[in-house]
Amino acid sequence: MGILTLDQARKGLTYVVKSIPRGTVQAQAIRFGVYEGEKITVGEIIPFGPIVIYKNRQEIAIGRSLARKIDIEQVEV
Amino acid sequence: MHCHDLSYHLNIPKDAKKIVLAGNPNVGKSVVFNALTGMYVDVSNFPGTTLEIAYGRYGKDVILDTPGVYGISSFNDEEKVARDVILGADVVINVVDAVHLERDLFLTQQIIDTGIPVVVALNMVDEAESQGIRIDVDLLSDLLGVPVIPTVATRKEGLEELQKALKHARPGLVDHELKNKLKKLLDRVGSQGDALLVLEGDEHVATRHGIEPGNMREEIYLRRRQRVNDIVDHVVSETGDKLSFKARLGRWMIYPWTGIPILVLILWVMYEVIGVFIAQTVVGITEETVMQGMYEPFIRDLLVPVLGQDSVISQLLIGEFGLLTMTVTYILGLLLPLVVGFYFALSAMEDSGYLPRLAALVDRVLTSIGLNGRAVIPMILGFGCVTMATITTRLLGTDRERRIAIFLLALAIPCSAQLAVIVSMLSGLGAGYVALYVAVIFTILVIVGTILNKVLPGQSSELMIDLPPLRFPRLENVIKKTVTKSTMFLKEATPLFALGALVIGVLQVTGLLELIQEFFAPITVGWLQLPKEAATAFIMGFVRRDFGAAGLYSLDLSPLQTVVALVTITLFVPCIASAMVIFKERGKTETIAIWTSILVMAFLIGGIMSQVVI
Repeated sequence: MGILTLDQARKGLTYVVKSIPRGTVQAQAIRFGVYEGEKITVGEIIPFGPIVIYKNRQEIAIGRSLARKIDIEQVEV
Repeated sequence: MHCHDLSYHLNIPKDAKKIVLAGNPNVGKSVVFNALTGMYVDVSNFPGTTLEIAYGRYGKDVILDTPGVYGISSFNDEEKVARDVILGADVVINVVDAVHLERDLFLTQQIIDTGIPVVVALNMVDEAESQGIRIDVDLLSDLLGVPVIPTVATRKEGLEELQKALKHARPGLVDHELKNKLKKLLDRVGSQGDALLVLEGDEHVATRHGIEPGNMREEIYLRRRQRVNDIVDHVVSETGDKLSFKARLGRWMIYPWTGIPILVLILWVMYEVIGVFIAQTVVGITEETVMQGMYEPFIRDLLVPVLGQDSVISQLLIGEFGLLTMTVTYILGLLLPLVVGFYFALSAMEDSGYLPRLAALVDRVLTSIGLNGRAVIPMILGFGCVTMATITTRLLGTDRERRIAIFLLALAIPCSAQLAVIVSMLSGLGAGYVALYVAVIFTILVIVGTILNKVLPGQSSELMIDLPPLRFPRLENVIKKTVTKSTMFLKEATPLFALGALVIGVLQVTGLLELIQEFFAPITVGWLQLPKEAATAFIMGFVRRDFGAAGLYSLDLSPLQTVVALVTITLFVPCIASAMVIFKERGKTETIAIWTSILVMAFLIGGIMSQVVI
């Protein structure tokens, strides 16, 4: 399984976060429970728009350009 | 003593304990607050922000509400306010959403790390139960080291126990390693809470103590996150995950194929309620029957015998633009019902959890004008009050986005009072004219936004937003917000409105108004193809745009003239209050640039439109 960016993810699949941009984005993501090594499930992928991820019963919408900077790897089921 | 002591800003007795309510957004904090404080609540502006702090007496102590946040630091105004109020607390009641413990406990643990005594209100346990989530409350309390009380605040369940538990509030368990680090810093900053924020690299708190902010945020956050996940693993067990209707509806709202129809439906309901019912039926009664039919004749009959029919004072007080006639009628008869309607709709939307979903839905569109989805919030709030919305642009990530958003707000977003007049003028004309008005304003918004995005240097920030569970708006909350905001509108608008009426009245009595109208006739009559009296409306518009729109209200215009006039007055310069806020936020040069370019654009676009359609 190779490393993808979040915007290439497929709906309904679960991925492990491999890297996330540093700084404010990272701090806020940690508060939501999203950080390197954590599993997330990809929900709605809004055409040309944000990607919604599910993490612990929360829904978080991530803008497409940010999604391009988040590396993920699919979890083998 | 804490140097940002709230007692200085708020009316809090010195010996009263400060009990602070804290929690994530949409966890039922204000419901708990209302239940504990009852009727007598003060609302006061937090210095340097638009945020209000509500506080009320609780026995001989005081309970303070805070804005909903996911953590405390300096990422935005909400966090700064929450940070300062929490750091000044004697006890914190931390309201957490039982359905989203993983998210909420991050803030809980951060507050515990400040060393302030905490009681946790584990709210919405009924919702958790219905979703098959079971929480071991005793174990949670042991692991956090503070009392945990299960509550269903909307049904007032568990609130008595919560009050009893207040006296058992205690500092919770702090990670051992973190505690040692905090101890080392304690001598220099005086409190564990300040020490924590300095370690976490909070520049504001560090500056307050004259020391360098720490660089351990990532490390502390990650450890805290792991600790919280560990706690959640131990206390939460799930008995099956069923997708509720609300969850599905929430997903439909963000997906374009379903989200856009839902948005259209919401706007249509708003139009039917505000544009048709309030603007026509209610205002028909309040403005025509009550104010013009009963109040104005009454006040004229009362004053004419004393002041005479044609004296200057009589003209100013009860004449065409009279302080006691037109001003009162417009504010109470025309604007107030509509403003109440708008604030009611906006508050309901805020309360329901729809706005973040709208932000996700429109993110794509807004990125093309250099904003991200989050900017939909100030834009929507702008339909309430552009002045307030201008300040809330602070929640946008970069200066570039704020510049774009402020310009667009000042240019193309009509505030509730202005919209009130616009709606009542357009709704009589038919759907086609409404559509024409909306299409023109929207096109301008997009074109100007796109140009700004191309021209301004730098890059805009990116969207990462939590989509809270959808809730049916709580009537009590919505009414409370509506009343507060409508009262603020009355307080703010009335003096300016009266001032404007007085200025116009004086211009009329001295005959200057006629001269001004003649002078501007080439623009109003020749270029915009409106009657020359429209100049009066634009003069009024310098004071407040709604006032300007109200000035058009009494003119005899054809439907197309009405649309042209309304487009021009919508784009027209921001009201005095907005201009002052822009000045404060952006400085002199930028304010003048914004103001003059908007003035030119308003007449340019209005004129072009007039030449095309009339």
